[in-house]
Amino acid sequence: MTETTTAIPKPDSAARAIWAQFRSHKGAVFGLVVLGILILAVLIGPYLWHPEKLTVVEAIKSKNKGPSLKFPLGTDQLGRDMLQRMIQAGKVSLAVGFVAMLIAIVFGTLIGVLAGYYRRLDGPLMRLTDMFLALPLIPLLLVIMMLFRDRTASILGPELGAFTLIVFAIGITSWMQAARIVRGEVLALKEREYVLAARSIGSASRRIITRHILPNVVSPVMVAATLGIAEAIITESVLSFLGLGFPPDFPTWGRLLYDGLSYMQVYPERVIWPGLAISLTVLSVNYIGDGLRDALDPRIRGR
Amino acid sequence: MLTFTLRRLLLAIPTLFVISLVIFLLVDLAPGSPMSEIPLTVPPEVRKKMIEALGADQPVMVRYVLWLRQFFWVEPATLFDGWFGTNLAGGEQRILSWQSRAPVFTIIGQRIPQTLTVIGTAYLVGVLIALPIGIYSAYRQYSLFDQLGTLFAMIGFSVPTFFSGTLIIIIFAVTLGWFPTKYDTNLAVTDWPSFLQQLRQMAMPVMTLGLANAAVISRYMRSSMLDNMTMDYVRTARAKGMSERVVVLKHVLRNSMIPVVTVIALGIPSIFGGAIITENLFGVNGIGAALIGAIHASDLPMVQTLAFIFAVLIVTFNLIADVLYGLLDPRIRYD
Amino acid sequence: MKLKTALLGAACALSFAPAAFADRGTDGEVKFTFPQAVSIMNPFLSSGTKDVYASSLVLEPLAGFDADGNLIPKLVTEIPTVENGGISADLTTITWKLLPDLKWSDGSPVTADDAVFTAAYCMDPAGGCAQLSKFDGVAKVEAVDASTVKVTFSAPKPNPYTAFVGALSPILQKAQFAACQGAAAPTCTDPNNMPIGTGPFKVTGFTVNDTVTLAMNDNYRDPAKPAFASAVIKGGGDAEGSARAVMETGEFDYAWNTQIPPDSQASMTAAGKGEFVVAFGTLVERIEMNMTDPDPALPEGERSTAKHPHPVLSDIKVRTALSKAIDRQILSDVGYGAGGAPTCNVVPAPAAWASDNTGCIAQDMEGAKKLLDEAGWVPGADGIREKDGKKLHILYQSTVNPIRQDFQALIKDWWTELGVDVELKAIDPSVFFGGDAGSPDTFQKFYADVEMYANNSDGTDPETYLSQYQCVNAPSPENQWQGENMNRYCDPAYDAKVKVLSTTVDVAERQKLAKELNDMVTKDSMTVIPLVHRGTLSAHSNTLGGVKINAWDSEMWNVADWFRVK
Repeated sequence: MTETTTAIPKPDSAARAIWAQFRSHKGAVFGLVVLGILILAVLIGPYLWHPEKLTVVEAIKSKNKGPSLKFPLGTDQLGRDMLQRMIQAGKVSLAVGFVAMLIAIVFGTLIGVLAGYYRRLDGPLMRLTDMFLALPLIPLLLVIMMLFRDRTASILGPELGAFTLIVFAIGITSWMQAARIVRGEVLALKEREYVLAARSIGSASRRIITRHILPNVVSPVMVAATLGIAEAIITESVLSFLGLGFPPDFPTWGRLLYDGLSYMQVYPERVIWPGLAISLTVLSVNYIGDGLRDALDPRIRGR
Repeated sequence: MLTFTLRRLLLAIPTLFVISLVIFLLVDLAPGSPMSEIPLTVPPEVRKKMIEALGADQPVMVRYVLWLRQFFWVEPATLFDGWFGTNLAGGEQRILSWQSRAPVFTIIGQRIPQTLTVIGTAYLVGVLIALPIGIYSAYRQYSLFDQLGTLFAMIGFSVPTFFSGTLIIIIFAVTLGWFPTKYDTNLAVTDWPSFLQQLRQMAMPVMTLGLANAAVISRYMRSSMLDNMTMDYVRTARAKGMSERVVVLKHVLRNSMIPVVTVIALGIPSIFGGAIITENLFGVNGIGAALIGAIHASDLPMVQTLAFIFAVLIVTFNLIADVLYGLLDPRIRYD
Repeated sequence: MKLKTALLGAACALSFAPAAFADRGTDGEVKFTFPQAVSIMNPFLSSGTKDVYASSLVLEPLAGFDADGNLIPKLVTEIPTVENGGISADLTTITWKLLPDLKWSDGSPVTADDAVFTAAYCMDPAGGCAQLSKFDGVAKVEAVDASTVKVTFSAPKPNPYTAFVGALSPILQKAQFAACQGAAAPTCTDPNNMPIGTGPFKVTGFTVNDTVTLAMNDNYRDPAKPAFASAVIKGGGDAEGSARAVMETGEFDYAWNTQIPPDSQASMTAAGKGEFVVAFGTLVERIEMNMTDPDPALPEGERSTAKHPHPVLSDIKVRTALSKAIDRQILSDVGYGAGGAPTCNVVPAPAAWASDNTGCIAQDMEGAKKLLDEAGWVPGADGIREKDGKKLHILYQSTVNPIRQDFQALIKDWWTELGVDVELKAIDPSVFFGGDAGSPDTFQKFYADVEMYANNSDGTDPETYLSQYQCVNAPSPENQWQGENMNRYCDPAYDAKVKVLSTTVDVAERQKLAKELNDMVTKDSMTVIPLVHRGTLSAHSNTLGGVKINAWDSEMWNVADWFRVK
């Protein structure tokens, strides 16, 4: 009976060890805190900060103001409160960034592992990857939007429909790099001794992939994921720029950055806020990724 | 390895064929028309006649077959005629841009040099900066150097080129007045002053692109190095008493190159593809600027030809990357 | 010539006069930058204004327009009129007399045959000529003798100054283009890129969509002009970049089409290297009302067609209320600054043709609310007006453009205050204006309730422009959505008046009719809500003299007179 009381459930201890290692990584903790603040800000921000609605004439009078007590981040060219817009924009940008990155990474890793591990799939899957790399991005996006916008809007409603389509479009056009990199790693990994050993004792392919291959491709995938978030946020602004993104009164960080560009010399803070927000998100995700990688690596964890 | 390469080369032909058809259908399906830049004062009947004169009203398959014939027969024949004074092409129509009515290959020929010099230099600069940063950052993980390198890389890829480019223009051209904002395509490098002038006008686009490229590559280099630093063979090598230099630069580096080679190889076609935003911003008349202009004007022959050349490059460089994998890691076998 | 002599005298009299009338080619190089690069130097095959303006340095028409929209002779001795016998009494022929000893830049003489050829070139059915409408109604162009061109129309033509007039319709050299007629037109790359002309410059180098280099034309008819020995046009980038290159870094002398926000205009002007100039033509930013129902629930082919009148906007009270709620002065100030003025007309200029309709300038929010109450739209619980259980919802589309998005945001604010639920949509301009019948997002299909864009009339006479609003011009599946009457406005009285205008000769009478037509689509029916009369904003360096911005012809119409301020 004593056995059951002393035995600590195994997965729990592993999770705890990973968390302990993660916590000891200063950068990772910093990243987690910053990202947490950003997410919290865009989620509860709208309830804390709701400036009074100005009429058009009043707003125009207070246009292009610098930061002040009334407008902590200043106002834009139409006198709209930048803090409020940054909060609204952040919600959309963070959601698009994470979801689109997840789609791209999951899809890319899947293709990469399949192509690298199964020789018969390698040819067709990599040619598919070549094709997606070769397709001109803008016509592709235009066609996706033209074909599916009305349909998704009628099923999911205009806003959710636009969101789904945008993350799908970004995901479907950015998984190729991850796929190529993962495939390259897998090609090398599957000839390593421990994989050969696992195969020789008759482990199923699925088990070899999940137990031995996937944990070892985590680090390039992490890098691709970090890059992916920044890219997704920026690609969303390109989509808006082409009129394919959200409706024009729907701010996103990418769009605020783009809009601010023509005012950069006169009112530099117009580009600093969205630029800072995007950079902070990317930076924190990167540090979290670093910490995760260290925490997941048993060799480092032991040290 | 040789048979593998040959087989892949053969396989590339049907692949490219399918890719060309998909691109053609895609570009054709995309909304937009070659008439979108014509002023609204031009009446609809005239627009219709203009479209007919372009041949844009023909069925899509007819145009695709015509393009195939022009691309694989008329254009090479014309090139051959140009070299040897023969008359193989027999005056058949070459691929003409709908926007400018000039042969697409003439336009590409005019633009390749700018793209190669400016974008190519930027890429080279990016790689040369990125590799040492990545290696040293990984070797001294979490040192001050590593932290600064991380910050630099994060800024490099979280800031889009349309932003960093404009910032660089405002700092170096408007405020300091060091560099010209518009690239002068007609500048011929003949002597020392004109060479300096060429360097000056290349400086800002190279800075913009080099920063972005270096950021990406240095991250992959660092992470791949880190993975290998903790491997048993490194411990063994150190235990055998090898110098740090040999351990890091010979053993770890070589084994870390696979993902980096993928990224660099994937990036090389994009040199030819040009950097759309940067070229546009600085007025470098490269391939990227041509592609975006053609897409906006729905110039189908131009888009199709550029996209197809791009596809050929991608397939080629992916093949090269695969061959390099085998050289870097002899355990990888394809047969 | 006389004018020049007079000016020369004046210049000599004034001691501080700049070196305006230096000898040919003494002022070095003049550098242009265009935000869109030049694709082709032949305006008959061009895809936009950028090409027409660039080619106007080289190719010239028989007559052009000055900065006030008056006709001026270019290659002819005088402007033909009925009084001087140049136009026949029945208005079916116009006869142009070429200047004596006129030469192409290659030294060969310009003859009436060149004009005859140019007409045949553009009117060739297989050529796809972009300026074909300039030759509308032309039955025959013939050379009476080597220096006399006679154009015969198939019916009396009240405005015969279309063919060979203005930068859109210049004369080509027959010898150069003889092999390029009809289906061969697009394949003549060299002539299309380097046409031989009579203008002050000739092309020396052409890189597609990038740079045009030009040198002075040694055979130009005025031996003292142009002052510049060479010119270069660099294209590409954006409006900001072009403006910056002239106003802040001083790398270029002239930038065309530098539409940037008013704040940036002010800060760039402050750099002190150049100035912005505005040309007010007939360009009007407007909101067009859809008179038909764009409901997506309707079957494809019936959406936005005359079969289904618009359920909300068919009521003139709603349309009027929407117009009254807008403060056009604010829009103009925010979007265009000095480059715009509020307007209530679709034909805002020239002054003689513009109606005195200013009733819409002052915003009237209370009046607008009252009108909606009267129309039966009453505020619901959430502040949105409703009628018979239906919410007042409007889909408002436009193109992707920072200024248009600002307009959309402001107008949405006003309409929301009015109690209207507004949904905004922005479309890529190449799709919106592309006219691709397969795309749902073109301005012709108009699958929205209101849409905003800018349009203008070509030249000073608005007849063609106003005739666009006839019933028959409504885009529909039958004409592959190719009409110009976006609103599907249809009033038999309007069509009848257009018919009268097309046969009226007397200018005063034509102007009166044009004003009436303008009022019918604007203040009487509120089908079109004009917002801002827009100018084209260009920038030139302080060291460039002689610039007289022109909205009626090429902006470079008098480039021969430009000089370097020393």
